[in-house]
Amino acid sequence: MTERPYVEVNDLRRVFDVSKPWLNRVLEGGERQFLKAVDGVTFDIKKGETFALVGESGSGKSTVARMVVGLLPPTTGEVIIDGVSMSSRAASGDRQRLRRRIQMIFQDPYASLNPRWQVDRIVAEPIRAFRLIEGERDIAARVAELLTFVGLHPADGKKYPHEFSGGQRQRIAIARALASNAEFIVCDEPTSALDVSVQAQILNLMRDLQDRLGLTYLFISHNLAVVRHMASRIGVMYLGRIVEISDGRELFSHPKHPYTRMLLDAVPDVGMTGRQRIPVSGEIPNPINPPSGCTFNPRCPLANQRCVAEIPALFGGVACHAVHEGRANAHAA
Amino acid sequence: MSVTQPVLSVRDLRVEFVTRRGVLKAIDGISFDIGKGEVLGVVGESGAGKSVTGSAVIGLIDPPGRIAGGEILLSGMRIDNLPPEEMRKIRGKRIGMIFQDPLTSLNPLYRVSEQLVETIRTHTNLAAGAARKRAIDLLAEVGIPAPDRRIDSYPHEFSGGMRQRVVIALALCAEPELIIADEPTTALDVSVQAQIISLLKRLGREHGTAIMLVTHDMGVIAETADRVAVMYAGRIAEIGPVRDVVKNPLHPYAKGLMGAIPSLENDTDRLVQIPGSMPRLSAIPPGCPFNPRCPFVFDRCRIERPEPVQHSQHRVACHLYDQSPVRSEAVA
Repeated sequence: MTERPYVEVNDLRRVFDVSKPWLNRVLEGGERQFLKAVDGVTFDIKKGETFALVGESGSGKSTVARMVVGLLPPTTGEVIIDGVSMSSRAASGDRQRLRRRIQMIFQDPYASLNPRWQVDRIVAEPIRAFRLIEGERDIAARVAELLTFVGLHPADGKKYPHEFSGGQRQRIAIARALASNAEFIVCDEPTSALDVSVQAQILNLMRDLQDRLGLTYLFISHNLAVVRHMASRIGVMYLGRIVEISDGRELFSHPKHPYTRMLLDAVPDVGMTGRQRIPVSGEIPNPINPPSGCTFNPRCPLANQRCVAEIPALFGGVACHAVHEGRANAHAA
Repeated sequence: MSVTQPVLSVRDLRVEFVTRRGVLKAIDGISFDIGKGEVLGVVGESGAGKSVTGSAVIGLIDPPGRIAGGEILLSGMRIDNLPPEEMRKIRGKRIGMIFQDPLTSLNPLYRVSEQLVETIRTHTNLAAGAARKRAIDLLAEVGIPAPDRRIDSYPHEFSGGMRQRVVIALALCAEPELIIADEPTTALDVSVQAQIISLLKRLGREHGTAIMLVTHDMGVIAETADRVAVMYAGRIAEIGPVRDVVKNPLHPYAKGLMGAIPSLENDTDRLVQIPGSMPRLSAIPPGCPFNPRCPFVFDRCRIERPEPVQHSQHRVACHLYDQSPVRSEAVA
């Protein structure tokens, strides 16, 4: 019997109502319109593991992240963390205790820190909110410890966010996430706003913290190279669905889904290895009115009648009729 | 006039911003050439001065910024001291521009056709009908499907990638000798970025247009550029053929920059980490601006500014590669 995964995400769906206002619909005769941002996403994360979701804009990866931390209620489906369901059916006491152990790091460190608060107060907020430590002196000591932990100086606590660079602000955001003794951190594009040399500092810091504290990460990014560096398992998303889910190494050495292959071919070759690549074509279609069947079929070199008619199920780590039927191998060779 | 005359030649360019807290040197003595059909990548992190370099070349430095010294030559003609009216005639006609955000470089209230025809007619003497035909040809060339129908759409009716193609078509209107592309793919998804990169490469090749590609993304440079200039704190740290600089960077900053990029091929437990961050313009350290972050720093770096020296194919501004004797003021 295997150990129960730390995070279980079961058939998560989220539909947004993007209809025009009621009056316009009545006058102009428009229909209600819905956008399926996330359409049946299932995955799990083991304790101490980094699981990454990668995809282009509009693939629904950030919506998944928001539902996992509970910032956005799912339309259907369930998120279970450490055996406790995050949906309203579970006992509220259990959920309350769980909340403290889940934190999020956002993309833009300029928007995620209150510009009117000193860093001390920002980092101490989770401690005060959850009443983890009583007494101002002890709180101050804990904040100083956290700041040192992420590579800042305890004296930096008296400054305001605008006095820091982007990378230092992201360190503050990490210190705040750790303040409530979080075990599970959802990182939504944590380094996309940073320069590469600063990105390297933050990625190294995140891995060090994981080693020292046994953190579990859900890592959201559009950057395949960053994802490869950070994650042990990776899910590739396209228009609200996971099209391929696999071990990190395997995904990059033997991509199966045609979209994964295309995405890998699109990444600029920094090493200038001169690897053979197929030119990319097409763009992500409008998610309000996605193609029938497999949503990738208009761009897919392997698409046939079945792909237009039938949505492929995620089976063996891939959601692709061509792979399931064995048609993809000839293409890969 | 020699055959090898570069399309763009920048000589010891300096750009300053006069502020209440003193004069900030955004660009401090940079020199480079771009030849016909060549793509020069200008790479660096935020604040390195790469975009200011682009703006200086097209004469779009707004006050309090000013060109404080040096020369900019376009096919041998000096353009940095032209009166604004003269510069306006060159901009768009002889130098095309592509900016990061295609939504802000297109006017949302005008159809794409109007914007293209207006630009074509400003810079050429084509009649309205011929200009429209040329606009359709340009849209076809940059890969917009059904250009004869799409040309009458408004910018918001295009996707981000298609919009950037329209911007590129707009830059090509007058067959410029030089295109300045400032982060042309940064706002785009990776699969769209790959398409725009190959488009830029093809255009440079087919039209012989010189391209100055400003970006923070080393991957884009490696894919597109022939030569690359690595900028740091308003100076060029290293310039050379792209393959050499990517595979064998010499300057400690260029080395760190390459090592900091996570790779798709190799496994590394830790990325190379350059401690600290780019200095603010108001606090550029004396000597070599990189010296506080440099692992190989020695006394000379803190006092004497390194001048670019030729080292095999590269030109690198670092005392490690400088064989010349220590200057007297540095010893003192």
